[in-house]
Amino acid sequence: MTSLLTIDDLVVEHRSPGRPVVRAVAGASLTVRPGEVVGLVGESGCGKSTLARAVCGLNPVTAGSIDFDGQPVTPLGLRRRKLTGIQMVFQDPYASLNPRRRVGDQIADGLRTARDTATSPADLLERVGLPREFAGRHPHEFSGGQRQRIAIARALAARPRLLIGDEPISALDASAQAQVARLMRDLAVESGAGLLFISHDLSVVRLIADRIAVMYLGKIVEVGDTAEVWANPRHPYTRALLAAIPQPDGLGVLPEELPGDVPDPASPPSGCRFNPRCPLVMDVCRDKEPDFGPVACWLHEPK
Amino acid sequence: MTLDITGLRVSIGGKEILRGVDLRLQAGRVHGLAGESGSGKTMTGLATLGLLPHGARTTGSIRLGERELLTLPPKELNQVRGGRIAMVFQDPATSLHPMLTIGTQLTEHMRHHLRLGKAEAKARAVELLGKVRIPGPEEAYGRFPHQFSGGMRQRIAIAIALACSPEVLIADEPTTALDVTVQAGVLRLLRGLCDELGLAVLLVTHDLGVMSAVADEVSVMKDGLVVESGPRGRVLREPEHPYTRALLDSLPDAELR
Ligand SMILES: Nc1ncnc2c1ncn2[C@@H]1O[C@H](COP(=O)(O)OP(=O)(O)OP(=O)(O)O)[C@@H](O)[C@H]1O
Ligand SMILES: Nc1ncnc2c1ncn2[C@@H]1O[C@H](COP(=O)(O)OP(=O)(O)OP(=O)(O)O)[C@@H](O)[C@H]1O
Ligand SMILES: [Mg+2]
Ligand SMILES: [Mg+2]
Repeated sequence: MTSLLTIDDLVVEHRSPGRPVVRAVAGASLTVRPGEVVGLVGESGCGKSTLARAVCGLNPVTAGSIDFDGQPVTPLGLRRRKLTGIQMVFQDPYASLNPRRRVGDQIADGLRTARDTATSPADLLERVGLPREFAGRHPHEFSGGQRQRIAIARALAARPRLLIGDEPISALDASAQAQVARLMRDLAVESGAGLLFISHDLSVVRLIADRIAVMYLGKIVEVGDTAEVWANPRHPYTRALLAAIPQPDGLGVLPEELPGDVPDPASPPSGCRFNPRCPLVMDVCRDKEPDFGPVACWLHEPK
Repeated sequence: MTLDITGLRVSIGGKEILRGVDLRLQAGRVHGLAGESGSGKTMTGLATLGLLPHGARTTGSIRLGERELLTLPPKELNQVRGGRIAMVFQDPATSLHPMLTIGTQLTEHMRHHLRLGKAEAKARAVELLGKVRIPGPEEAYGRFPHQFSGGMRQRIAIAIALACSPEVLIADEPTTALDVTVQAGVLRLLRGLCDELGLAVLLVTHDLGVMSAVADEVSVMKDGLVVESGPRGRVLREPEHPYTRALLDSLPDAELR
């Protein structure tokens, strides 16, 4: 099937005066098909939000390309972006809701975008598990998790063809997380939309993603079917990540952190970006960047 | 230092949000607080620092050692806040000023509360940034909050809370924006501060794995009340309250355990 979203060798840089250029996305490739849920995971600061914002046209692209529905994504004015069919739930639910407008009115904006006159904002609140009467309140009257649900309701209202959730459920309790994540999945899959789901919660990603993409320092280092990656992680970074999930077993075991310093995208290591922290590092890893997939690691070079 | 919360009730606009909360934080121990979204975890933390929204009515008692905090005059409360008790807010934007460099924000409090000189304060700030795993801490010192990722901002907020060597730390979902390996580093840091410096921590988290890794005691809130409280192993393995049991059963990989 053809892709809904195709990201090819994308480079996105942050420039600020008097500072070194930060190459937050450094040659990343990824696809999302209609009706598919792709989970994007990786170290804090590795470039996930930067990539997501670039897909929405909010961060300028330095090199590479982003195609949505066969059309290149270019930086757009806000009005046009609403019509392109991409909706994003931003990482910070405090900043993305307008503090001065009732949440019902903000959700109604999305319904208007979708020309939906049959659904009311209260219906959407109900779907994300909130009382209908919350529509009349302002964002500051809600707890962290309640705000995230409102942001999700607003994004769903617009019936996007591609929904991007950037840590959309991080403030919900465990039972609500699974429920809201499933809801996002169901609504996307039923309507044939794609869902790019960025999350640090690997158990939720495992629950809803068809495929999982693992990012490290600006690059996608492993992509695969979720169950396969879970059962047989191949990139040493993916292995470290899965091994650090704390278990709710009541035993008081502190999970392992990665050895070495968290790298700075302003001065990435040469060769494989993971080599200074890799337990399996070889000579070739220090010299040459493994520029291939689905596992960008010299131990897994395609034949 | 011990922080004792007893019979804490808070209402806003006639709606009762906390209905008699009891919690005890002890030096060198991590008290984990889980619970339903909207159950009042954040409000409990805010009440401790006297930071509830306008018009909130509070009764009960919050004692830091021998001192009652609920009736403390604003000036003395200010001394306690940021100095002896610090909070990492659930919303990192509350902890960080958008127009000031993170270096300024880290050292401001230190110079005020710890009376450090400029160079000393900077050295301590850079060290703290390294401890919360911010890459290139020297260079990061001069940057503004928006130049960092969500998880980095969360770690910077933790560094700011720790800057003045508080005796009590209230950390409201401090690792939600972190991947599990960086999270492991932050949890080790918190555990180390408890074990080595006797910090008392209230760790609000909905992640029961995190809870299991660092908490000594676990309390669970629902509808403005603590419904279950006890040692970590007991609460997570033999939960007594149906809500705690439901939380554990709802974990996506519950069937694997
Ligand atoms: N300014 C406010 N005015 C009125 N009610 C409020 C206000 N802020 C929060 N509330 C309500 O108080 C209750 C407790 O909120 P609190 O933020 O303590 O929840 P929480 O347990 O921290 O939830 P979460 O896990 O979602 O962060 C919620 O029902 C919320 O709607
Ligand atoms: N406006 C900016 N100016 C300069 N650097 C920036 C800016 N925004 C982000 N960065 C840097 O770009 C890198 C990637 O940031 P990004 O927000 O994409 O990470 P992330 O993967 O979403 O992390 P997290 O999981 O913590 O949210 C980080 O090193 C960050 O410091
Ligand atoms: Mg991010
Ligand atoms: Mg809260």
